[in-house]
Parts: sequence; structure tokens; C-alpha cells
Amino acid sequence: MRDVAVVSFSYSTIAKEQMRNEVEMLAPVITEAIDASGIARSDIGFTCSGSFDYLQGGPFSFVMGLDAVGAWPPIRESHVEMDGAWALYEAWIAIQTGEVDSALVYGFGKASQGNVHEIMSLQLDPYYVAPLWPSMVDLAALQARAYLDSSGLSERDLAEVVAQAMRSARDTPQAIRSGEPSIEELLAAPYVASPLRDADIFPTTDGVAAIVLAAGDLARSVNKRPAWIRGLDHRIEPHSLGARDLTRSESTALAAKHAGVASGPIDVAEVHAQFSHEVLILSEALGVDPSIVNPSGGPLAANGIMSAGLVRIGEVAQRIMDGTANRGVAHATSGPALQQNLVCVLEGE
Amino acid sequence: MSKNAVAVVGVGQTHHRSSRKDVSMAGLVREAAVEALEDAGMTWSDIDAVVVGKAPDMFEGVAMPELYLADALGAVGKPMLRVHTAGSVGGSTAIVAAKLVQAGVHERVLTVAYEKQSESNATWGLSVPMPFSPPLVAGAGGYFAPMIRAYMTRSGAPRESGHLVAVKDRLNAVRNPRAHLHMPEITLKMVEESWLLWDPLRYLDTCPSSDGAMAMVLGSEKVAAAAPNPVAWVHGMAMRSEPTMFARRDQINPQAGKDCAADVYRQAGISDPRRDLDCAEIYVPFSWYEPMWLENLGFCAEGDGWKLTAEGATAFDGDIPWNPSGGVLSSNPIGASGMIRFGEVAQQVRGAAGGHQVELKTGKALGHAYGGGSQFFAMWVVGAKKPE
Repeated sequence: MRDVAVVSFSYSTIAKEQMRNEVEMLAPVITEAIDASGIARSDIGFTCSGSFDYLQGGPFSFVMGLDAVGAWPPIRESHVEMDGAWALYEAWIAIQTGEVDSALVYGFGKASQGNVHEIMSLQLDPYYVAPLWPSMVDLAALQARAYLDSSGLSERDLAEVVAQAMRSARDTPQAIRSGEPSIEELLAAPYVASPLRDADIFPTTDGVAAIVLAAGDLARSVNKRPAWIRGLDHRIEPHSLGARDLTRSESTALAAKHAGVASGPIDVAEVHAQFSHEVLILSEALGVDPSIVNPSGGPLAANGIMSAGLVRIGEVAQRIMDGTANRGVAHATSGPALQQNLVCVLEGE
Repeated sequence: MSKNAVAVVGVGQTHHRSSRKDVSMAGLVREAAVEALEDAGMTWSDIDAVVVGKAPDMFEGVAMPELYLADALGAVGKPMLRVHTAGSVGGSTAIVAAKLVQAGVHERVLTVAYEKQSESNATWGLSVPMPFSPPLVAGAGGYFAPMIRAYMTRSGAPRESGHLVAVKDRLNAVRNPRAHLHMPEITLKMVEESWLLWDPLRYLDTCPSSDGAMAMVLGSEKVAAAAPNPVAWVHGMAMRSEPTMFARRDQINPQAGKDCAADVYRQAGISDPRRDLDCAEIYVPFSWYEPMWLENLGFCAEGDGWKLTAEGATAFDGDIPWNPSGGVLSSNPIGASGMIRFGEVAQQVRGAAGGHQVELKTGKALGHAYGGGSQFFAMWVVGAKKPE
């Protein structure tokens, strides 16, 4: 396999973007990532993005998104209807074929344009489950309850997860939520769907993110300390919630095994946990201590739909590039109650 | 770094119909996938990864339906990707799947593309009014008709040029039992007298709306050596995209299409596509796109595409048959249409195309897909012999 590294990362988030469309949100972030990469826009070999038509409420959200790239002369380009983390996977594959040495990856979505909790219901089995309209929060609550029952943990433990995320998020400029809430304060809030309270649930976020990847010598020539991708794998589980053990994330554990998470010490982990209990389930699946998880605050602080998974990779890569971490793991998820999961191991030289 | 060789070792497709009420979405994709696995001499457990493609999720009203299809496609415990690149998606999906093998990451990849258009109305699904944008409310035909009129002005093509393609592709479809439309009685007069939809496009100049799926199993050199049936080797594949809002775009003869063709021909060692290929399956959703793409893909000089059609060069018994399967004009499950092009040329070079098999001379064929407003292109050249 070729050595491939993250050489730059940029992202932005806002609770509700009312002035700019997706292209206008993307353009500065893509430009910032390209400028920081040290690779000329015209030299980037491949471009891949992740977005979701149902957020925009129209077909082909990626078509206009491409106008933020400057695709002239025409470029090698592709798109996945998945989080940008999977666009990064496709770009990594393109570099692995040897056809290109660099790639621009981006993810974007304006979740505030609709009710994202309900929109995600349209991901469910269209014949037997979607007609019941369970929201993604309802399904997460079922999972959280199953997890608490099986683990012997309590809602107080979930509040601890939230409090840690909010404290960590104070240093993250992109955080929509941050602070120093007390456990009592958190537990005093009403349920949205028992056992989950508002702070246990990601804040609706409009967000965009961009990463530039480069192979081998190119990465070394443009970046003093590239964040090398040492392992990258993703796995999917059965769709039906009844066919899964909701208290564990088997596909995360499987992807972690294939990505080689356990073959070295992990300094930092960023997981795409959109609900507090998922931080604990994912930490167990990855085999990392929850205390090193989501130093950015994670998706409980800001969760740009379709970019938040890519942001996890970027947050780990950024800490490696700036020398504050040496080896880390990033995680992205898709589908109801952690159905599909991607794991990326990053390391400095 | 040299790429690993990739071969199509199994192909399967559904019977395409206006409404496949006999199957669910999962049943539809499974029908194509099972046939491809059987052709490859494999079972579900042999597959390393699954790559799914389809056009906008709004066509069926299921968001990211690959999540729900994971079980039906045997993807549980495996990597599963979902590609969406507009109308070119069927081709792009096959390319992404092939790259997984080319990169050496997987040995056996199942790729499936589908659309079950009877779940909604695709024409209006393409034209949802968006805030702050002038409502198009035109469907694809309304969007492309002005491009076609511009092509007529540029090339001086007579009005019957498109109708000739409409007749040719429907007669080809009669040879293909999987095709949606079977119209052995079609004549030029019938096309000319069909309803005018968007000038110059008449009803019979347009593609149908179909339910259907296409599947392929792609394998490494080692897998190809063990395949029970002849394989189709990938000789070249390429994708190109250009911006939507850009004044220098030529939507009649797009630069992205020219660049994509040049790239795929270079990889496959094609210097004259008309001479070096045995046939082509090209994404022609409206009849006039045959002459337009003949020029864009370098089968003739600019302005001469309609002449090739009129001379019969692209007919089933012509020197370069285009769309011997009947093409998109005869079957159009949008998300699958590109992969049907890619899979049909694989069947041709394998000698497995049945009633619409063309004569093999060079043993190479071109599969093509385009999407959006002609910004997105995906192409591959497959061959009977392993590339040198």
C-alpha cells in the first residue's frame, strides 16, 4: 500500500446559516484547505465529496457543491451520498491505484433547513419501519436504554460524558455548544426521549469541512509533519435494530481490528458520537479510554451533518500535524443507531 | 506504481419494466446480484465489499437506501459504499468498485446500481423548486431540448436525425429480452407523428421510465483465472466533471466529455475509436444525443455525427454499432442506466450478449455514462484479452 497522509484540514460550523447557501459556505473552507496544503489547486489529482440530498430537499446537492471547487479545466471527481469520511475513503483508494498523488475531500450539509431528526427516519426500511416515523432520537434513546441496562451505568454517567465534552469544546472555535455544566444541572433538564436529554443529543449544525490528502514524498515535501493514514476500514451491520446487539458496536470493533487500532498506543481519539451514550459504546469498541475521546468536544459540541465524520479525521490529523499527538484514531458513522462505521488510524512520522 | 488488473467476472441484470410490482427494492437489486454471482461462480460469502449506486434518493423516497439494502446484498460485516454522481452514477459506481480491486484492497467486489422509478415520478423529481432559484419545472427533456436545438444550428443536422436513432435503438431492443420497450413495429413515421414534448423532441425520441437493476462482480487477475466463464478485462476507465455555473462551458460539446474520452482511449491504446472498437454502449437518453456524443467522443469530426447515424454506421449491422442492447432509449432505470452500458459492453467482449451480440474483431468496446446537465462523465473500455 502507498503511504498517504492528511496534509491540511479546514472546517466551519454554525447553528443556523441564514445568509449563505452550501456553495458559499464551502468556497472559503475549500480554499483554506488547499492554501494550507501547499499544493496548487490545479495540481490536485482527485476530488471527492459527501452530501445528502434530503438535507437540501432537492436532488443532486453535490452538483452545485462542485461549483465551490473551481473544476476547470474539468477534473477527476466523484461523490458519495455518505459522510465526507467515506469520500475520504474513496479518495484514499484513488491514490492507492497510483493514478493520482493527491486529493481534495469535502463534506457539507445544512441541517437547519429541515427537521434533521425526522429526515433521518427516511433512512429506515421503507416498507416496515419508516412508515412509523421513529425519529433518530427515538432510536438512539432505545439504544441508550439498552446500553444503560446492560452496562449497569446510569444517566449520571451520561451526564459525565456531556460535561467532559462541553469542557473540551471551550477551546474549539467551531463548537456550537460548550461550557462547564454541573452534573446536577444536566440531570435536572427534562427528557427529550428517556434516557436522553437535550444535552445528550447533538446540536443541529450547518457545517462544511475539507481535507487535502497527499501520498509519500509529495506529503513530506509540502508538510513538515504529515498525519499518515496507517489504517482505514469501514464495515456495515444489519439494518434492522432487532437483528443487532444495540449495546455494542460490532462493526466499529471489526473496522478497528482491520485498521490496526490496537497495534500501537493511542494518544487521541475523535468519535462521531451524536449522542452521549455512543461515546461510551464507541470507546469500548475502539478499545480506548473515554478520557482521551473527543478533545474537540465532538459531535455533542458541533455536528455538521455529512461533514462531522470527516471532521473527526481532521481533528485527529490536526493534532498530529501540530505535534500535540503522535498516534490517534478517528471514527465516523452512518445509519440508524450506529449501523455503519469507519475507523481511521493516523500517525506522525 | 503499477495498477492491478481488473476483470468483470460476472454480470446480472433484471428485466426492466415500467413497474416491477412483483418485487420490493431489495428484491429488485437482489435479482441482478444473484445472477451476477451465479455467472461468476460465487456465493455471497465470496464477496469482499459491496458498492451501490443510484440517482437521487427522492426517486424512491428512501434516504441512503443502501443502509436498508445491506442485508439483501450480503454486505453485513463488509465494507459498503454508496456512490451518487447524477446520471453518470451507474458508470461511476462500476469505476469505484473496480478501483477497489485495482488498488489491491479487495479481490472480489460486487457492484449494483438500480432505480425503481415507479415509486415516484422521476421527471418532476428532477425539477423540485428550490429556494432562491428560478423554478425549472422542465424535467430532463426540457433541460436538454435547447442544447439539441443549438446542436442543430451548429451542425445543420436535419430534423429526422434524432428520429433515426429513436427507430434504430428500438429495433435493437427487440433483440434484447431484458429491454423495457419492445417495439418491432416502430417506423420513422411513427416517431415523427408522436407527441411533441419539447421541440424538437417527440415522445418516441425520449427514454422510458423504468424499474431495473444491473450488477457486476469485479475480480483481480487471480479471481479472473479461476472464473468459470469468459471475463471482460478493464483496459481503461476515467471520470471527469466540470462546473455547472461557468460561462466558458460548452454544454453542446462538453470539455469534460472530451477529456474523459481522451483519458480512457489513452489507457486502452485506442487511437481511432470508430476503427479500434467493436461496439459502444453510450448514454443516449434523448435520441439526438447519439450524433452529439459521436462528435464529443471523437468517432467523427465535429458537425458530422448526424451523418454517421444517417449512413447507418451506428446501426446493428454498421461498422461501429452504438447501443446494440437498445440503449437508454429502450430501458432507463436512471441510476442503473450507466452500469447497464458498462455491463452490456462487458457482455459483448465476453461473447455473452445473446441476441444482440455484435461481431468481435478488436475485442474492445466502450461503455459511457453522463449526468447532470452534461457536467459529469464516466467511461470504461473493456476487452476480451488481458491488457498488456
